[in-house]
Amino acid sequence: MTPTDPAVMRGLTQARLSRRTLLRGAVTGLGAMAMAATLAGCGIKGSDAGQAARNIDWKAFWASQKKTGHLDFANWPLYIDQDKGKIPSLEMFTKATGIKVNYQAVIQNNAPFYATIAPQLRAQQSIGYDIIVMTNGWEVTELINNGFVMELDHSRLPNFAKYAADNVKNPPYDPNNAHSVVWQSGFTGLAYNKKLAPKKVTSFQDLLDPAFAGHVGMMNDNTELGGAGLLATGVKPVDSTPDDWRRAAEWLIKARSNVSGYYDQSYIDKLQNGDTWVSQAWSGDIFQAQANGATDIEFVVPEEGQAIWHDNMMIPMQAQHPVDALEWMNFYYTPEIAGIVEDWVNYICPVPDAKQYIADELEDPDVSDSPLVFPTADMEARSNELYVFKNYDEYELWNSIFNPVIQS
Amino acid sequence: MTALAPTAPAPTSTPPTNLRARVRRNPAPYLLALAGAAWLLVLFVIPLISGLAVSLMTGNPQEGYTFTWNWGVYGQLFGPGASTPYWLFLGRGIFYGVMATIVTILVGYPMAYFIAFRARPEWKNALLLLVMLSFLVSFIIRTDMWAFLLSDQGPVLTVLRGIHLVGKDFHILGTNAAVIGGLAYNDLAFMVLPIYLALERIDPRLIEASADLYGKKPATFFHTVLPLTRSGIFAGILLVFIDSAGDPVSPSLLGGTHTYTIGQAIQDAYLTNQQYNVAAALSTVLMIVLGVILFAYARIAGTDNIEDLV
Repeated sequence: MTPTDPAVMRGLTQARLSRRTLLRGAVTGLGAMAMAATLAGCGIKGSDAGQAARNIDWKAFWASQKKTGHLDFANWPLYIDQDKGKIPSLEMFTKATGIKVNYQAVIQNNAPFYATIAPQLRAQQSIGYDIIVMTNGWEVTELINNGFVMELDHSRLPNFAKYAADNVKNPPYDPNNAHSVVWQSGFTGLAYNKKLAPKKVTSFQDLLDPAFAGHVGMMNDNTELGGAGLLATGVKPVDSTPDDWRRAAEWLIKARSNVSGYYDQSYIDKLQNGDTWVSQAWSGDIFQAQANGATDIEFVVPEEGQAIWHDNMMIPMQAQHPVDALEWMNFYYTPEIAGIVEDWVNYICPVPDAKQYIADELEDPDVSDSPLVFPTADMEARSNELYVFKNYDEYELWNSIFNPVIQS
Repeated sequence: MTALAPTAPAPTSTPPTNLRARVRRNPAPYLLALAGAAWLLVLFVIPLISGLAVSLMTGNPQEGYTFTWNWGVYGQLFGPGASTPYWLFLGRGIFYGVMATIVTILVGYPMAYFIAFRARPEWKNALLLLVMLSFLVSFIIRTDMWAFLLSDQGPVLTVLRGIHLVGKDFHILGTNAAVIGGLAYNDLAFMVLPIYLALERIDPRLIEASADLYGKKPATFFHTVLPLTRSGIFAGILLVFIDSAGDPVSPSLLGGTHTYTIGQAIQDAYLTNQQYNVAAALSTVLMIVLGVILFAYARIAGTDNIEDLV
């Protein structure tokens, strides 16, 4: 074999850089740079650049609005009275006012629903609903702070002033009910299975008892979980500080060894199945479980107190029928209508006088006599409003403190 | 015959090597590939790049997220000072995926073998339908039903306790086994079908030949049938492992406090905390790790020819 000139070998084995290849390389490089530039320009809009800056003269606004005879109402599933596929309370409303209601049970959860409507509200577009119902928490605070919901004209809500319960007036997350009126409230306390639990549950400290090991259910919602931790450590959530939050998280981590899981709405199935013997629980779920025959399950207001939350009706900005929305809010706040809704929904009624209506007219003492629907003064005294976040940093801090309880 | 002559390709002409010339000569296959390429581009490449891009953003849900080349997020999430043990969740997800894959092979191979070789031909379609029947119901509902069946006071444990097979404190939900079982149950058909296809393609004469060469039944299975179905097992592993390693549903419905996986972490970061950059970074890492594992697996155990896989 004759020795080959290395240059020939190189020429044979390596690709030569032609002008075309060079050009192609340059174009690719330019393309990559262009893409990087595009990336640098892109982003995900936050909710801050909202409508808060707009100064609106609400008096003039409400004076200029007229009734349209139509109302688009977004609510949660199974959260209004029903009778053979119809909604009697809304039909009575249509009969009394001539306003037709398009009722949609589209809200499954606060955070995803907020994530859906926020971009439209930021762009100052109508979201297609005149009333939305959301639980007090970070999302409602965002809606109010960003100016995504209208200020209510309380001169058109005389029934609210007249009939509303004290526990729904002037809530900490919306002073003077400027933007919201409550649809339903609920307690978050404890519930336990009398048959399976080795002992009676009276306090959050029972969750630490080894007798309950592996049979304690907690909620996977940070706000609820943190609220329980704060109450358990003897702190009122609404006045709490980050140091309190850290101590509450320590308590929750201590309770972890007994916890079988952190659940969403499925906690009630776990309790009924017997997977959990004691669980963080919502009052309305326990009422309905009892009504459906789960008589072993009992709701407990812990010695340390329980949390109270509110689902709030609000009118989003750019709503097309705001006056009709106010009319419904006013119409709802009567013993009759609130009573009809309450008799079906069974959370906490915002109209105490509905108790009489349910007892006398609907003749349903199971509901009217239940302290879970019409709480006693003692229960009210032991109820605590949840913490109201002042800004995102606080909310993020809260999450960073309570996330590790669930995630490990 | 004469009418066809002009359209028939001239047998003597050499096929053009230049891509452009080839496309011009016979555009049909390239046009057909276009649809597939567009599919990959829109549903795979673009989401991949945008996922990577979002992971490099900084910000929060209130102020929004801006692109800042923030590679540091990966260090924050997976570095030594990470506040949340995402490595643990990732490892757990991969462990569950591997275990679920093994379970589906152990259960699915005999099923596929039975349908392919033992079932009477007229029953085959019905049996295959049975394998896929569970897909008619949403897998969340199916998983939730398992949670009900296996609950501490549910029918299974009540009976087992009743006949004193298990103690009072025995439970299934919340354990690793429950999660792995749920994953394997949900993905079983993904293993059975490719293996069945591979078994169906085996020429029966090869099995006869093995017998003729004094191969006993186990030898025939291990030296003839099993190697010939390697492609089916490989495809099944791809489908089951990828699907189950990132699944958030089974761990959250059947798991407990010590079964938190990377899939749940991504879901919580995205939907609950709205930390889009964290969610995107976690899923990018998950994808890369899965990719590396599968690439290594394909190099070590995979087939020589990619066409064997399909």
